[in-house]
Amino acid sequence: MSHFIDRRLNSKNKSTVNRQRFLRRYKTQLKRAASDAVNRRSITDIDGGEQVGIPSKDISEPQFHHGSGGQRDMVHPGNKEFEAGDRVQRPEGGQGQGAGQGRAGRGGSGEDDFVFELSREEFLDLLFDDLELPNLVRNQLVGTTEFKTVRAGYATEGAPSNIDVVRSLRGAIARRTALGAPYRGRIRALEEELATLLASGVAETDAQVVALREEIDRLKTRIAALPFIDTFDLRYQSFTKLPEPTSKAVMLCIMDVSGSMDQVRKNLAKRFFILLYLFLQRNYDKIDVVFIRHHTIAQEVDEQEFFYSRETGGTVVSSALQLAHEVIRDRYDSESWNIYAAQASDGDNWDSDSSICRDLLIQDLLPLIRYYAYVEITPRQHQSLWYAYQDVKAVHRHFAMEEINGADDIFPVFRELFKRQEA
Amino acid sequence: MASNRIISDSSEWTFPLLKRFDQAIARVASDEFGLDTYANQVEVISSEQMIDAYSSVGLPINYHHWSYGKQFVATEQTYRRGQMGLAYEIVINSDPCIAYLMEENTLPMQALVIAHACYGHNSFFKGNYLFRTWTSADAIIDYLVFARNYIAECEERYGTEQVELLLDSCHALMNYGVDRYRRPSPLSMAEEKRRQAERENYLQSQVNDLWRTLPVIDKEEGQLDERRFPAEPQENLLYFIEKNAPLLEPWQREIVRIVRRVAQYFYPQRQTQVMNEGWATFWHYTLLNRLYDQGMVGDGFMMEVLQSHTNVVYQPSFDSPYYSGINPYALGFAMMRDIRRICEEPTDEDRYWFPDMAGQDWLKTLDFAMRNFKDESFIAQFLSPHLMREFRMFAVSDDDREDTLEITAIHEETGYRQLRQRLADQYNLGSREPNIQVYNVDVRGDRSLTLRHFRYNRRPLGDSLDEMLKHIHRLWGFDVRMEAVDEHGRVQLVGET
Repeated sequence: MSHFIDRRLNSKNKSTVNRQRFLRRYKTQLKRAASDAVNRRSITDIDGGEQVGIPSKDISEPQFHHGSGGQRDMVHPGNKEFEAGDRVQRPEGGQGQGAGQGRAGRGGSGEDDFVFELSREEFLDLLFDDLELPNLVRNQLVGTTEFKTVRAGYATEGAPSNIDVVRSLRGAIARRTALGAPYRGRIRALEEELATLLASGVAETDAQVVALREEIDRLKTRIAALPFIDTFDLRYQSFTKLPEPTSKAVMLCIMDVSGSMDQVRKNLAKRFFILLYLFLQRNYDKIDVVFIRHHTIAQEVDEQEFFYSRETGGTVVSSALQLAHEVIRDRYDSESWNIYAAQASDGDNWDSDSSICRDLLIQDLLPLIRYYAYVEITPRQHQSLWYAYQDVKAVHRHFAMEEINGADDIFPVFRELFKRQEA
Repeated sequence: MASNRIISDSSEWTFPLLKRFDQAIARVASDEFGLDTYANQVEVISSEQMIDAYSSVGLPINYHHWSYGKQFVATEQTYRRGQMGLAYEIVINSDPCIAYLMEENTLPMQALVIAHACYGHNSFFKGNYLFRTWTSADAIIDYLVFARNYIAECEERYGTEQVELLLDSCHALMNYGVDRYRRPSPLSMAEEKRRQAERENYLQSQVNDLWRTLPVIDKEEGQLDERRFPAEPQENLLYFIEKNAPLLEPWQREIVRIVRRVAQYFYPQRQTQVMNEGWATFWHYTLLNRLYDQGMVGDGFMMEVLQSHTNVVYQPSFDSPYYSGINPYALGFAMMRDIRRICEEPTDEDRYWFPDMAGQDWLKTLDFAMRNFKDESFIAQFLSPHLMREFRMFAVSDDDREDTLEITAIHEETGYRQLRQRLADQYNLGSREPNIQVYNVDVRGDRSLTLRHFRYNRRPLGDSLDEMLKHIHRLWGFDVRMEAVDEHGRVQLVGET
């Protein structure tokens, strides 16, 4: 007789542990593959899973096997024209009859990469491994309104949908056992009495025997009358709400859109911003992004405008910093928000403006901000802004600046900016 | 036939329908054909779960190891891309016999799988001498639970990394962890647990003892120089390591043992691929055809079954781009059918080649073949000239001293015996895998371990040798040497750590 079981609802992630072990073991190779991938990918789909490949020979599991050479006999099907004693050319490359089966072909297939898909989480884990947000503080909101529902044991009251069947039935069994115990004890005593009576030769019809039997039947009915389940037995899964500290971050993206920033550079800047966004997302539940672009005057815009519209004109960086300061002051209280800012520029600035920028940053902005990263996308010599910012860096530790020359630089620079500080 | 006897024409399966099919198949299998099976436990799973089952080598429960994760991502990847369909079923040699059905399959496919796995493979597991000798179907699941818990405990106590490295090395030697001739003692979880603790203490004391007494022997006599340890060469490398490696901790020995026992469990499967698949395929074909004859399934049902069956037993010829060796399903199925044919309608040729079988009861003959053979001997015994012609078989000899390959035999009167011998040899694990034995341990010197590879047809070891020696070195703890011995007994050092 066969027994059918429906296992479809069982967990299907039995292999998760093994998969994790596999990833951990080849972390170095995978990390390399992940950072290659991030440079190769188009900007828009950076936030997904990724195919990565690692060399097959790195992950092979060796076994003893025969190498080529020596003499071997093989039997193959499908003979068309061969006669015994024929001699044929050895086929090339292990194909066909010569090395048709198994082992001999192995050597040739060892060069391919072992390619597979990483989930988004795994991919980002590898990508941002060893990186950390400097000065990470989870600002806690006072009077938080967010709650999380958590299990809180069992209760005697609740909604029917929360009935815990196992617990309830366990209670029912216990109750029936407890309430039935006196009857059962009595039945045992009576049955013994009856047995001794019958053994001593008393007839079935004897009044005493009949009385005993009646009493036993009566007690059995009492036991049977115990309710199988009682409202008293019901147990409900209980849930309770716990207030949850939330952490929120705002990311200010500041970009120079003057004529000298062409689409290529904007794309580089965009990649940098996206990386930063993904990275922040791993640390904070909620992230606001503010886009500020500027030429001689600064504007807060939406994402589309930010990356794709083009303006011409000179460059006054301080206008953007001013606006950033206003935005923070008006909307993002630094007590409850973690504020990050990233600025991308080609380094051009109106000469006498650079010192204003420096003062603005040192005095107004940086005290409010967790981390400020400046990337300069330029193949040329640094101009006044770079040197002014170097002064800022000397004063504030949470100000960082790096230079990007091309797409290949973005991820290394990003890592450089956010690499785990040695304590 | 009355069409009202048809069980169902639907292609959607339901549990009641599966049960009815199972009952019908069981009735035919046991009442008409006398198949003796373990009880069946049929589990319906989703494709994701099937991938899970794949990656733990088909076992329902197994210890954790990265290589299973690798297998998992590889399977998942190819399946997602649609490069590969999943097998319709996995069946586990246990009592009750566990078979997995995939929920995606249609009703005819489920019926086919039930016939194939639950009655075909199942009766093979129960009947074949190798499985009866080497595996304890009633204890394997318990043993795997024990193994998994034990290894998890070791990971906690000694670190995942340590355990993983050890398992890597053991897995590398898995094919050299089987006893080929002695029968292992049966497994039982409680027994195993109790013995494990005992063994742990005892083994360690034994090993220590072995090494501790050495200097004494050394002082006594010089004449013992000639004596080797082990006295006889050992072919079960893992067993030898488990018992004799000087530096292993008790828990490491236990893990070596676990891998060894799992290897032993799979050993019969590796030796009976053609027979096992051939037997199961023969029975799904025979049983379902019987249901069809009795009018219990319709034409559409049978068409679908036959289409799938035909795919399974397809044998491309050697020059086809799809050729990857002889298809064990095709060969096995053809041989089983051929045995029936020889019994029922023998030709003169069959009477000459198989005088004992021609005209006999085919069920008894087939049952005898299933019970008492493995691939190698099965082919040597039952491959008929008729089949060799049907497959148009030919044998090729590839000798690296010659510029060309030689066709040594084809499907003709003078070639039959040689062809059959060659093909049987192809399924001999002894010649497929390099023959490697423990030859000597330098007990009084540097404790180095010497292995010997006995070359077969001058075939050398493959390029994994260095890698393998490193693994053995990890287990043994001292230097490891590999020597090759050719036909003339000449010994040559081929690798050293």
